Amino acid sequence: MKLYVLRRSALLVPLLLGITFITFTLTKSLPGDPVYTLAGERASTETVEKIRKEIGSDKGLASQYAGYISLLARGEMGRSYYTNRKVADDLRGKFPHTLVLALSAVLMAFPLGVLLGFTAALRRNGIADRLISAVSVAGLSTPVFWSGLMLMLLFSLRLKLFPPSGTGGLRYLFLPSLTLALPAAATLSRVTRVTVLDIMGTAYIRTARAKGMKMAKINIVHVMKNALIPIITVTGLDLGSYLNGAVLTETIFGWDGIGRYAMEGIMKRDYPVIMGCIVVGTVVVVLINFLVDLLYFLVDPRVRVHGSDR
Amino acid sequence: MDLTGKISAVVLTFILCSSLLGPLMVAQGPDVIDLEGIRKPPSVRHPLGTDSLGRDVLARVLEGGRISISISVFSVIISTLIGLSLGLSAGYLGGVADAVILAAVDLVLAFPALLLAIGVSILLPPGLYTVVIAISAVGWAPFARLTRGYVLALRSASFVEAATAVGCTRARVLFVHILPHCIPLVLVMTGLKMGGYILTEAALSFLGLGAQPPQATWGSMISANRVLVNSCPWTVLSPGVMIAVTAICFNLLGDSLQIHYGEGRPPR
Repeated sequence: MKLYVLRRSALLVPLLLGITFITFTLTKSLPGDPVYTLAGERASTETVEKIRKEIGSDKGLASQYAGYISLLARGEMGRSYYTNRKVADDLRGKFPHTLVLALSAVLMAFPLGVLLGFTAALRRNGIADRLISAVSVAGLSTPVFWSGLMLMLLFSLRLKLFPPSGTGGLRYLFLPSLTLALPAAATLSRVTRVTVLDIMGTAYIRTARAKGMKMAKINIVHVMKNALIPIITVTGLDLGSYLNGAVLTETIFGWDGIGRYAMEGIMKRDYPVIMGCIVVGTVVVVLINFLVDLLYFLVDPRVRVHGSDR
Repeated sequence: MDLTGKISAVVLTFILCSSLLGPLMVAQGPDVIDLEGIRKPPSVRHPLGTDSLGRDVLARVLEGGRISISISVFSVIISTLIGLSLGLSAGYLGGVADAVILAAVDLVLAFPALLLAIGVSILLPPGLYTVVIAISAVGWAPFARLTRGYVLALRSASFVEAATAVGCTRARVLFVHILPHCIPLVLVMTGLKMGGYILTEAALSFLGLGAQPPQATWGSMISANRVLVNSCPWTVLSPGVMIAVTAICFNLLGDSLQIHYGEGRPPR
């Protein structure tokens, strides 16, 4: 166990270094002086000097990158060109909102997607299966910023059931989470269907049927239990797409999270803000994937056996 | 190919032809402003209504389709070329080349795709080429990874062994014996990825990183008209439906191709 965690963590280091190297290259390639991109245009002369000293272009590329890393490690992501507020502080304030949105989207998508996928697999090639497949493809293919607008038009502007925009309690949370949950549920239902069909073809299910076990019991005890593991993994690994969706969904619904912050940054070409969102968003996704991997290891005994001697 | 795939192909052909022939079919050009007739609901003269500048929504949807589909097609071509050549090299050469390419692929795939595309596109002035570059900068990675896996499997196939045994050069084995077998895989991937590229293009345009006004694309039409969603829903309804229908057709076509070519498993 310890060995596995250690080995998996060791893989995390080059990945994080690679990611920050890409964002560093992006930052350096942006129009204008990268020092100002990191410091903010209205930063004081001392700050600019301090940052120039750390990533100054008079030094070699390696030491510039090292400077960039140490700035990031101290949570120093510069200041917004427009508000002159620290990007790190803004992100810290907005992150919980995005987290709440993503979690409630997962809570909606998971039961919906698993139920649909399971039903489709049990009724393989039947009408229900075809219908669910069609709905899933539609869910995957509809842009969230449009489905969000349509949900807003129907439920808040016409039926007046929910407020059209703003950050707040459950009434504000419902529509943006639903918007994010729809494509996620579509992905999940496809994954669930394939996984369940895979498991139903295995020898131990045939054995269970041969010894006269009831189908309902087989489905719950054997199929469901085994299917849940890959499904949970996919949910975790799919979190990156929630972050993609959050940029667009939060903008539509005026939800005060990282996504809308990024969008405002893009609109105003506020580079420190955009780069801050990209760095934090990516690192969070990588860390979540790492945790999901460890979780997978804890849940599935097969990984534990094969994983430790690999 | 099954019926779903055929229907999707027909619908896609129809969408493609109508966006190419759009200017011939609609009297009012996509960028023509008519302040006398702003925000008109659909009528005989304007089958999809007009927007807040009196521009014909149908003309703009057709024009937007031409741009959105072209961007996705160019992106898929570039992603395929880069991904295929890197995947072939990694899979066939192995060793250091394989390790380096694989590391780059893993790195790109670790990013949430839209965030990286945003990062690449803010480096360049907003425009159509920027979107192609941003999508391809992210899009080559899955192509490379799949091709690599495929080539690895093919490398130990008996016909490759036979080709090597009769004295084919490495280049000949790669280009004459292995590459043609990758074509079905590339076709399937292209179908499946096009749907995603249509969505990414729309998202980048929606964020204002793509085509600049007055140029119409589906994403930018939704972005520009989103404040009108309550008073004139027709201005955002049709571009969104077009994005969804196009992406659905590409996804279904990709699924059918995958079934047609036997789930993309390499021959033995």
